Amino acid sequence: MSEQAMLTIPAGPEDHSSGPPDARLTVVEYGDYQCPYCGQAYPIVEQLRSTFADSMRFVFRNLPLADVHPNAEAAAEVAEAVALQGKFWEIHDTLFENQHDLSAQALMRYVEEVGADVKKATDEIAGGRPRQRVEADFEGAIRSGANGTPTFFVNGERYDGSWLYEPFSEHLRQVLED
Amino acid sequence: MALKEGTVAPDFGLLATPDQKVSLAEFDGPVVLVFYPADWSPVCSDELSVFSAANKLFRARGAQILGISVDGPWCHEVFKEQRKVAFPLLADCNPKGEVAKAYDVYREDDGTSERALFVIDRHGTIAWSEVSPVGVNPGADGALRAVEELS
Repeated sequence: MSEQAMLTIPAGPEDHSSGPPDARLTVVEYGDYQCPYCGQAYPIVEQLRSTFADSMRFVFRNLPLADVHPNAEAAAEVAEAVALQGKFWEIHDTLFENQHDLSAQALMRYVEEVGADVKKATDEIAGGRPRQRVEADFEGAIRSGANGTPTFFVNGERYDGSWLYEPFSEHLRQVLED
Repeated sequence: MALKEGTVAPDFGLLATPDQKVSLAEFDGPVVLVFYPADWSPVCSDELSVFSAANKLFRARGAQILGISVDGPWCHEVFKEQRKVAFPLLADCNPKGEVAKAYDVYREDDGTSERALFVIDRHGTIAWSEVSPVGVNPGADGALRAVEELS
């Protein structure tokens, strides 16, 4: 029988995270901006963040499945480039809200929309830092046993249940009670 | 259930395309066999997407991934093209499930294979294996660790 997959890189200060660092729940999502399931999970995660408020820290990392989602890597790099300007959550939300158009042109428009500097962002992308970060996330995801997009880890353990709001929030409640 | 580490991996010759056969013996480096129940089933598709994405990590360590199910080569061809699977998919269809049976991962009741992973070293010995519940996608972490431990 297979062992339960565990997160190999714990959530830390390098991560894009919301919620208190000492929250009792840490939910790490490995996601892909072009994956329709991640798009469906996005509002559910928002809802969980508001339900669990200060009891939950949420971390987002990249797992672009480039073979099936040809714009996923570019979108992830744009998000990481904008993150270097301190606007990660703004661009993360904008990308998920505009999943239908992640063309190169549209991506630059979103950078502008969230108030980031387009030139700085494109320079960062050309310099390769965002790509390195995406690749590091990707390898961490594979080593942790991420098994599709999205994959969620709750307090370090891969969550294989449904991520629809009811079952996921029930699971989180149980983890809080234990 | 499922051949264990230390066992000699049974060789096979299976169609990877309608006119091209692949055998285990022809690979010089480690081989990762990914047995999955069927093309198009939802969990299998996710599993293969993850292994496809992870293919570069396996290639970098000299390992070859091979997917195997009881579907025929024509079915594999369309599935592979549409899901952009990055490695060969072998057709264990003639006689059906023969290779799955040799590795002891055939499911008589539904005529498919278990969701099973085998890492075979370059001498043809099974170095690691894992069987997952049919509904759970195993991820590529265990196989990647096993490949790294070979070198």
